[in-house]
Amino acid sequence: MIDLVYFAWVREAIGTDGETLAVPADVTTIAALLDWLAARSPGHAAALADRARIRVAVDQAFAGPDTAVAGAREIAIFPPVTGG
Amino acid sequence: MILARVQPGPFDAAAEQAALLAGRSDLGAAVSFTGLVRADDGLVALTLEHYPAMTLAQMQAIAATAAARWPGITGSIIHRHGRLVPGEPVVLVVTASPHRGDAFAAAEFLMDWLKTKAPFWKREEWADGTTRWVEAKAHDDAAAARWQA
Repeated sequence: MIDLVYFAWVREAIGTDGETLAVPADVTTIAALLDWLAARSPGHAAALADRARIRVAVDQAFAGPDTAVAGAREIAIFPPVTGG
Repeated sequence: MILARVQPGPFDAAAEQAALLAGRSDLGAAVSFTGLVRADDGLVALTLEHYPAMTLAQMQAIAATAAARWPGITGSIIHRHGRLVPGEPVVLVVTASPHRGDAFAAAEFLMDWLKTKAPFWKREEWADGTTRWVEAKAHDDAAAARWQA
């Protein structure tokens, strides 16, 4: 099981701030995880439609599309950051 | 050493700077930068969401990077979260070093990295109740391109 957490408009589009999911074994990378998540609901699909506007952190460290999902405890999905 | 904090409440820039300088006679330059909520186009509030499990660690990593790059530097970075109204301070960067070049450069570096690497998101709010998430600026586009299918 992996804890998925969502922030900002990704959270609003999906409709929850997080969910714990059993990710299939063939979903091995972050890119594949986003594809798999996008198929879960229209909200997920809307949130993840434009991958250029999506950032991901695996266990609180920024990750890329090729980062492995195996071993991850918490994966956060959010827009490009806008603090400062 | 550069300390990092994340907090909902306000900060006292003068007190933070004074704390950095207390007991030090080797410092020749102190820089203080405060980012404020600006009332663009009738904006009534800015709400900063963040990723609590990651924010402080990421700010500390940014601080450590600056400390390694400018070995003589001392400083503090403070970032607020929650709902803030125009005129309120959002972010503080204070640095001090023996000479002004390092203090200026480190302060600018810390702000640039806070803006692009710390997990905060700003939501704008107007008088009629409408809200809008702030979009990341153009300099984030290069990183964004990696996500294009």
